[in-house]
Amino acid sequence: MIRRFLIPSQFLGLSAKLLPWLSSFAALLIAIGLYLALFVVPPDYQQGDTVRIMYVHVPSAWMALNVYLFLAVASAVSLVWRQPLADIAAQAAAPIGAAFTFVCLVSGSLWGRPMWGTWWVWDARLTSVLVLFFLYLGYIALVDAFDDPSRGARAASVLAVVGVINLPIIKFSVDWWNTLHQPASVLRLGAPTIYLSMLIPLLVMAVGFTLLFAALLLLRMRTLLFERRARALRLHSPAAAAARRELVGAPSEVLLRGASKGDR
Amino acid sequence: MSEPELLAENLACRRGERLVFSGLSFRLEAGGALLVRGPNGSGKSSLLRLVATLIPAADGRLLWGGVPVESDLSRYRQSLHYVGHQDALKAALSPRETLALAASLRGVRQPGAALERALEAFALDAVADWPNRWLSAGQRRRLALCRLFVAPAPLWLLDEPFSSLDPDNQRRLENALEAHREEGGRVILTTHLERAVAGARGIELGSGAAE
Amino acid sequence: MRGAFLGLVRHELRLALRQGSDTGIVLGFFVLAVVLFPFGVGPEPALLSRIGAGIIWVAALLAALLSLDRLYASDFEDGGLDLLALSGLPLELVALAKGASHWLTTGLPLTILSPLLALLVDIEPGRIPLLVLSLLVGTPALSLIGSLAAALVLGARRQGVLLSLLVLPLYVPPLVFGAAASGTVAGARSDLLLLGALSLGAFALAPWAAAAGLRQALQ
Repeated sequence: MIRRFLIPSQFLGLSAKLLPWLSSFAALLIAIGLYLALFVVPPDYQQGDTVRIMYVHVPSAWMALNVYLFLAVASAVSLVWRQPLADIAAQAAAPIGAAFTFVCLVSGSLWGRPMWGTWWVWDARLTSVLVLFFLYLGYIALVDAFDDPSRGARAASVLAVVGVINLPIIKFSVDWWNTLHQPASVLRLGAPTIYLSMLIPLLVMAVGFTLLFAALLLLRMRTLLFERRARALRLHSPAAAAARRELVGAPSEVLLRGASKGDR
Repeated sequence: MSEPELLAENLACRRGERLVFSGLSFRLEAGGALLVRGPNGSGKSSLLRLVATLIPAADGRLLWGGVPVESDLSRYRQSLHYVGHQDALKAALSPRETLALAASLRGVRQPGAALERALEAFALDAVADWPNRWLSAGQRRRLALCRLFVAPAPLWLLDEPFSSLDPDNQRRLENALEAHREEGGRVILTTHLERAVAGARGIELGSGAAE
Repeated sequence: MRGAFLGLVRHELRLALRQGSDTGIVLGFFVLAVVLFPFGVGPEPALLSRIGAGIIWVAALLAALLSLDRLYASDFEDGGLDLLALSGLPLELVALAKGASHWLTTGLPLTILSPLLALLVDIEPGRIPLLVLSLLVGTPALSLIGSLAAALVLGARRQGVLLSLLVLPLYVPPLVFGAAASGTVAGARSDLLLLGALSLGAFALAPWAAAAGLRQALQ
């Protein structure tokens, strides 16, 4: 109530101004990145044209992880300072992050088909991303599992913080498991040496994906805020605001002030 | 500080996205009783849970002996008993075991005598070793109220304490409330019945919803 | 505070003992789940012996999950959670007591039963003590992580399914180290140490998160 860094109505104004810029820049950068990746970068001498999948796969893997970190930070902020926008940001980010994770898994699998000869290999990185995908799904399911939406948001915030603490442990355990069971001859995802001609489109795509995330995040946050506002309007109709409070008994002892101040 | 008073200033309560009540202030000193009345959904139970610190206040503050209760939450919680509208009884345990757990959770080391006293307060000594599943609704209510006596606490918060009680036991409860207040205890209770508690002041909560 | 903590553990154990069947169902599920595997992968002893430890670990993990959703649910439904919250015991210790009693009524019996199942899946006798040790060291982590997830889903629709969705990804590290520790005699030491580290980490952190979850559930 008191400690608000940014009031939702201010956010709505600001985000309306930012949104067109963010989405145009995202579209522009992704278009440039895709053009570079598909037409300019030469095919890899080993992987051939398949290497072009990397320009989608690697940035989405980065985003999968970064969005989860964002989710956890926003959740921690909402838990500690009860900042309502942080709550909304976390909820808005989760499906976007899950989508990036899914893109990462599918593109990894598409890349693996010609490289490994199978759609799926229990490669350490891919497996970690798979577990990350389940963490996202758990978060999304928990948010939606309660009749009281704010309860779901609070429980999910705790889960996100727990998840981010577990993330390095899961990563470590999967690497450990992989070295135990995997023969070393398998070609790993990720390039050992990156040339500048490959790095530039990769970075362009990464920045483009980040801007895309920001644009989608603002869009979803606005939607969630409007939904919340619509619910509040239903609850705080004039009849509800006029709810009366009376005092009986000895008035000197029981002080009732400001009968109904409504929602502030 | 032996007789701290409870002071509520400008309390507001929000459940989900609904503002249940706001701007509620009251003072409760030693020996005082507060009777909270109002229709369903007016926030009677929420007010008790709020005073019990089970739910946070959306606004306002609660002072115990002049200091905000958050500054020493465990001390404040140790000085109150909350009996909700649910009885919190496990079917497989006996009344004696139920009260023994309550005593041990309140940090009572040798609960023996206190347990007997508590069981006698609502005449449950005859069924003290039955499993709770055999108890009637009234007996279950009485057992929940017996928790008030396993450890002394100056502030009692009782949600619909008279429900399911027969006239004899309603009288027992009234006597217990009176004795508690004579010793300087404080009580806040809710009821939807037209019931008077001697010397209690009333708070009437309006209907919070659009009805 | 110690008295209250032990009192709560004793209360939980007494409840489990009176209601008895819960532990029995969990153990029955554990045995059945292990027995199902040979039907799925074939009865070849060499194969079973190789994947046996993994089978037992996966079955133990699912069995531990089975009894989790009732951990706080009855207290949440009957108002007992309010009393726990207002008791002299911090909610962190309440969560720890609940996790401890879950382990005593689930993890420990599973561990005790595991040598028998090891014989069923042809694990060579020399590796059985390692399996038992790995379960003994690893199941506390399962109970503690599980108790935290059980606190988060209180009051949700379809608690049981939701609980598995939340818990199973978090069970990956204990499963990896547990199965590795009991899989081969050589190199088991580092796996066991890592598994112990996991349990200790869960012991230190899970009660805090569970208490945060319980506080949310109370509101």
